[in-house]
Parts: sequence; structure tokens; C-alpha cells
Amino acid sequence: MGIFTITINGTDHRFEAESEMPLLWALRDIIGLTGTKYGCGIGQCGACTVHLNGEPIRSCSIPVESANNQKITTIEGLATRESLHQVQEAWIDQDVAQCGYCQAGQIMSAVALLERNPNPSDDDIDSAMTGNYCRCGTYIRIRSAIHSAAKNLSVSDLAKEA
Amino acid sequence: MNHSFSKISRREFFKRTGVVSGGFILAYSLPTLGRAEEPIVESTELNAYIVIQEDGKILIYSGAPEMGQGIKTSLPMIVAEELGAAWEDVIVKQTPEVNVEKYGRQSTGGSYTLYRNWNLMREMGATAREMLLGAGALLMEIPKSELEAVDSQVRHRVSDRSMSFAELAGVAQKQAVPDSKSLKFKPREDYRILGTSKSQVDSLEIVTGIGDYGIDTKVKGMLFGCYEKCEAVGGRIVDANLTEIKRLPGIVDAYIVKGNGKPNELMDGVGIVGTNTWSVFNARKKLKVSWDETQASKASWSEFKNFAQGASKEDSEDKITIGEINSVLTDPQNTVLESFYEYPYVSHLCLEPMNCTADYRKGENGKPDHLEIWLPTQNGPRFQKFAKDFYGLEQDQLTIHIKRMGGSFGRRNTNDYVSEAIELSKRSGRPVKLTWSREDSMKGDFFREGGFNKIKGVLDPKGKLIGWDEHLIRASYPGKPGFLTGPWPSAFPFNSVDNVRASLSTFRVDTPTGAWRAPYSNTHAFVSQSFIHELATEANRDHLEFLLEMMGDPRWLSPGQINALNTERAIGVLKKVARETQLQSTPARNNRGLGLAFYFCHAAHVAEVADVTVTQANEIFVNKVTAAVDVGPIINMSGALNQVEGSIMDGLSTMVGQKITMENGRIEQTNLDKYPVLRINAAPAIEVHFIESDYDPTGLGEPALPPLAPAIANAIFAATGARVRTMPLTDLGYTI
Repeated sequence: MGIFTITINGTDHRFEAESEMPLLWALRDIIGLTGTKYGCGIGQCGACTVHLNGEPIRSCSIPVESANNQKITTIEGLATRESLHQVQEAWIDQDVAQCGYCQAGQIMSAVALLERNPNPSDDDIDSAMTGNYCRCGTYIRIRSAIHSAAKNLSVSDLAKEA
Repeated sequence: MNHSFSKISRREFFKRTGVVSGGFILAYSLPTLGRAEEPIVESTELNAYIVIQEDGKILIYSGAPEMGQGIKTSLPMIVAEELGAAWEDVIVKQTPEVNVEKYGRQSTGGSYTLYRNWNLMREMGATAREMLLGAGALLMEIPKSELEAVDSQVRHRVSDRSMSFAELAGVAQKQAVPDSKSLKFKPREDYRILGTSKSQVDSLEIVTGIGDYGIDTKVKGMLFGCYEKCEAVGGRIVDANLTEIKRLPGIVDAYIVKGNGKPNELMDGVGIVGTNTWSVFNARKKLKVSWDETQASKASWSEFKNFAQGASKEDSEDKITIGEINSVLTDPQNTVLESFYEYPYVSHLCLEPMNCTADYRKGENGKPDHLEIWLPTQNGPRFQKFAKDFYGLEQDQLTIHIKRMGGSFGRRNTNDYVSEAIELSKRSGRPVKLTWSREDSMKGDFFREGGFNKIKGVLDPKGKLIGWDEHLIRASYPGKPGFLTGPWPSAFPFNSVDNVRASLSTFRVDTPTGAWRAPYSNTHAFVSQSFIHELATEANRDHLEFLLEMMGDPRWLSPGQINALNTERAIGVLKKVARETQLQSTPARNNRGLGLAFYFCHAAHVAEVADVTVTQANEIFVNKVTAAVDVGPIINMSGALNQVEGSIMDGLSTMVGQKITMENGRIEQTNLDKYPVLRINAAPAIEVHFIESDYDPTGLGEPALPPLAPAIANAIFAATGARVRTMPLTDLGYTI
């Protein structure tokens, strides 16, 4: 057992857990943030994707102690007080989800992609998103929502500069 | 797409997640657990499905469970349309209880949920509309006949005076409930909601992570549980090292549970409860169980396949006989073609693993026991029956919360994961959330059954298909759901060929099977539609013309029977897809070809054309799939397209590389590392054409899947000349 402090979605959380517990289960069962999903437990499906210091990682595959004193962003932390993230908006507008279970992970991967590549091609999207499985097969809409979010993000960036 | 949706719902999001100034803290991260209570709004119930709120919102209940098929959006759209509600004012919630007397069927499956609820939903909407119009006539002192219900208002057509539904609700509630026979439903040309695209009602919850799946259930004082069963289904428990397990960190208790030997009810196992999911999963690694496998499954895919290869038609049982198959088979002027097809077991692979949360409270002081349950299921009423039969619990001893499901595809129809949760709650005296690991979910599946077809087709000298002789080789085991095996007499092409025999041989394979998206059709379409293409090729005829000849005159084989082939609709989708893809004027070249397939199931007529390139290294690129679909009028265009797109992706994913094998009763593929799935990089372009005929609307959760595999197989043949008679494609050396 250990005591860990993790900044999750901008708030410090101090809690006790077994050191080797995957971050996923600490988030879900200890912190109570169940937006991050358990799918396969072996880093193959991407449903548990969160950001560790801005980088997308599979939270089922890193022990909670590796996240100690680090910054984690989960799906619940994407929206601000004012608005949803453009990726979330695009996901709603394009009606991407079917069962929706993988979509938190898809969105976290998409946000990370757009942060390092604001204008991705289909190929860029495919290579960034291949680790996120969608059992319902919403891939066409995922691609289209990422393009749409990219467009809207660049418009809002221009608005900020103006 | 409906942009105002997200704006309205965003306020709802902040209300529900309890944003505090200076930071973003979600309500459920606070120690109370559970969501913040929503503010109480005065409301008026007009009927079981419709509640008008004082704030102008209109609450519509959805009775059917949501698993990704979009029913929670489409059924309320029908209600809202007849009611005259503005969709922006509509809030949708799952019905708060399972009560079939009040709500009608509260199950979903077979793609029939929409069809079965079409009239009920229209009645609910129209009944409430008439009551609101009656209230409007009273309060506005205008004849009812001059009023209309539109945009959540009752409006006078002449003067444009209006009153909102919210203003009228109180008086409307006191109006006489109109007789359902007196109701007039809106004509299609007046639709404002139906046929448009609406983002599904839970979109905001899904994209913000507050979507409330069964696996996300939080109950005060809850323990987390897991359940270990014998790897070979049917193994009986002898003993386990519970003392050691109970000492492990995070573990509260562990139990030996005896089941009733029925895989869909309760099997023997070891249950472990603890303070979090990982602790109980981790403890399982140290679990040592002694199993008695005398009666356990010895199922073997390789033995099944050996049996199938040697299976003789003479030993099979005739199931369908039409005309004189023997005489056309033996007539020397006819041509007989014979093929052998193979398709594997496949997993449901719902991304949300099986789970259930149960709180079994023992009655004290003579009061009866009570079970509160958070249940991801396609069929709440079936659980009610199980609770009565298995636990002796009457309806008033049950509180059932039907949960949104992270996929089901037919899987969540059983009570195995449900009873395990109940057992752990009973024993621990605490609410327990039981979670299956991915491995549990794959090993403990009720699989799509694999099997084999030896099939003969007879062509007359003109190249017309006049005989169909199919020998189906499938699994048997005690308690198997019989409808899955086939052959189904209503299936195409049994009623479209003059001389038919379909017979069945079975081999004991104790691996449980169940409904998997488009049961039977998902394999029969592959066999029959690929073989029809073989026959057309053998006859040196155009595939489309060959199929159209089989359809014959436009007619409904059993008029009024929604499950009977309607050749007019079949011809419609075939011609549509051929035209859109220029099928007949696009020859195969450069290892690229088009493949056509048709299928009729779940009351839907669907034709698909796959455009496929195969490289010299047998790498497959699916450039595009085009579908023509006739399911009558479309309810939610976005949802309908999503289902067709998803079915095509699912069909492709399954066809390319998925195969479950078992030896000595043990499932050999237990996670995604051994079970390849379609990823975004292999997702083809998809184009969908709906023929919105005037028949009653029917569902789309399944019927676009079956034609996909034969369309791909036929395209591979067109591109390369190589015939595909085995799924998955990876078994033939293809990659994608």
C-alpha cells in the first residue's frame, strides 16, 4: 500500500492504494471517475485512454505509483466551465456513438492527436487512432468528427488571436 | 445535425455535474457517491410515456433497453412526432421500472423493437395530443377542430393564438382519454421529426464520461466482486483455497457457490468480494480451485471439423423438402455444382464486459426479502421471471434499474452474470458490483455457433437454378436454444427455388451458443449468397440477372407477414445497389472487383456491393461498400445510417479474422491479443441508400450484417478468381 497524490483534471487527489494497482482502477473505484472505461485490461482496446502530462496512455497498463505527482486528464476533465471541448461538440454533432462505451477513449486519443497535429489527414487519423477499438464500428464518423473538430478548433484559435 | 441540442444539454451537463467556481469537480467525485439530485420540477403525467413539465420540457420514457441500437432515441421521436412536441424540448429517460402491464414489452432484440412499438408509440403521442387539444379548446374557447399541436404548443390555425403544452397540461390531464380506435396518425408528408437526423439522446453523457453504464454503478456501501468458473463449462466445484484468498489485501470475503448446472442461470464457482475491482481480479491469480470435470464440456473444434468433413448426407435428417430434388439432381441434362462451406464460432465481444450490481436485503421481522438490481439486460421481463422461478421473488420484492449497455449484440439475454451478482450480495449482506474480466467475458460467452454446409445446386440447360440441396452440419448439446441451428424454412432462397432439400446432421459440442447479431442469417447469408454467385458463374450468367430471375414476379410471398420475403422490395434494393455502383458496367481489373449479395432477414431487404482490391500478397483492401436497404420509412436518419455502417464494419471484422476455437472444452482465444478486430485503418468507405417504402418501419440493428460477408467473398472472386468458402479470411492466408 502507498499514499499517492495525483492531479486529476486540475484537482489534487490524495489517496491510499496498492502501488501496483493500474491507474484505471484507482480512477474508477477509488476516485469514482467512471468515465474512463475498462475494456480488455491489456492495452489493446484503448477504452481506458487518459492523458498523463498531456500524452495519451492506456490507464489499464500503468501502475498508479507511476502516476504519482503527475497530471492526469480524464474524459470528465475535457470540458471547461464555459464549454465542451470542440472534439466533444463534434462527437455530438456527428452523432458518432452507438453503444458509446469506447468513445471516452476515442475522444481522449483524438484530443491528443489534434494537440500535436491540428490538421490531420485521414492517414494521420488512422495511425493515431488504430489503438482504439470500436466494437460498434463507428470509425467513419470518428474520422469525420476529428476533421470537423480540427476545422472548428482552428476557427476558434483565429478568433482568439483576433 | 441539430446544433441546439448541445447548447441546451450543456446547461444540463453543468447542472448534473455540479461545477463549482474556480475548479471543475464532478458531483460523483464528492463523498456522497451517486449523482446530485436533480431539482424537482412540477410535472403532469399525461400517460405512461409522457410527462409535461412546468418548465416546458417534455419527458418521454423509453421502455426498451439501449445497447447502441439507438432505440432510446428513435422510439421517443415517434412519440414526439405524434404529440406535436419540438424535439429540443424533449428529455428522454429509461422507464423507471419493469412493468409490462404499464409499458408493454420492455425488451429489445431481433431488430423488432421498433416494429413492435410503432403503433404503441404513435398511440401514446396521439392520445396525449388529443387531450392537449381538448384542453386548448376549453381554455382558448376555440373549436378543437381549428387547433393544431406543433412545436410543443396548441395553436389556432386561423388567429395564430397559442398556448404551450406546459400551460395546458393540468387541464389536459383531466380530459377524457380518447379511444385508441378514434386516433388519427399523422401522414408522412406532415412529419417534422421522423426521417430527420437526431444525435442520440445520451450523446452528451457519452462524450463527457457521465454515461451511466451498468459497470459504472455506484451504490453506498458497495463491494466489488468477481466470479471464477471452471474453464470447461459444466465443471463442478470440489474445493478452493478460500482461507488464503481472504487474507489478501483488499479482499473482504470469498465463497464457494453451487449452481444449478445451467450456463444461462448459475454455474458452480468461487465468488470473491473486496474493496475494489483490481483487488478481486488480482486475488484470482492466487486462487486454486479443485474442479470435478467428469460432466464438463469436452468440446473440440477440431473434432467437430473432422466430423463435418466425413458427415454423410444419408445420415442427416431432412428439415425442408420442396418439389422433387432427387429427380432434378439425377437428370443428366442438368448441371450439378457442389461446395463445402465453413464458418467459425465467434464472440459477442461487447466492449463493456458482463457486469451486474445487486443489493439483496434480507427481510427482517417477518418482512419479505427485497432485491434491488442494476441490470444491463436486453430483457428485464425475462429477469423478472427468472427472479421468481429461481429466487422466489415476486415483482413487488424487486427494484430493477435497467442500465445502458456498452454493446450487447444478443449477449445480454441470459441471467448468468446476474445471478452471480445476487449470490455475492446475498452472502456478503452488502450491495455488490460484479465485474467480469475480458477473459471471463470471452470464455463465458454464448457464442455465435460455427458450422459447415455441404451444398449442391442444380442448373437446368438454360442456366436457371432449379434445385437446392443443402446439408447443414451443426452442434448439439442439451439445452441448446433450438432456433439457432436452422435451417429456417422462411430463409432465402428456400422459397425461391422449385426443388429444395435442407437437412441437418449434428455433433455434440458443449460450448454454449446464443443469439449473435442476425442469428442463423449471419452464416446462412455467407453460404447461400456466395453459392448463388458460384452457380451464376458456372452458368456463365450475370449475377444480378441470376438473382432477379430467382425473385420472379414482384409479390409478397405471404402477404401481410412481415417475416416473409417481398420480391418487389428485394428487386428494388438489388436494382438500386446495382445502379449506384454501376455493377454491370464495371468489369474487374487490376485485382479489383465488385461483389454483390442480397439477404432478407429481420423483415429487412438489403443488398450490398463490396468494392475490393486484392494484392499479389493476398492483402485485402475494401475500397467501399454500398448498401441499398428497404426497412420502410426511416425514423432517425442518423441512427439508421449508423446501424448500417456499424453492421457492415461488424460483418467485415468478423469475416476477416475472428475465430473462436475450443479444445477439451476450453476456449482458446480469451482476449484481443488472440482475437483480431477491425481497426479504423481498415474501415472502408460506406454509402447507404434507403428505399423508404410505405410499409411499416422495421429495425436495423442486424439485417445489414449478413450480406456483407458474401459481398466481400464474391468481390474477391471477381478480383482474383479465387473462391472464398471459409471464414475467417485469415484462415485462407488473406490479411487486411
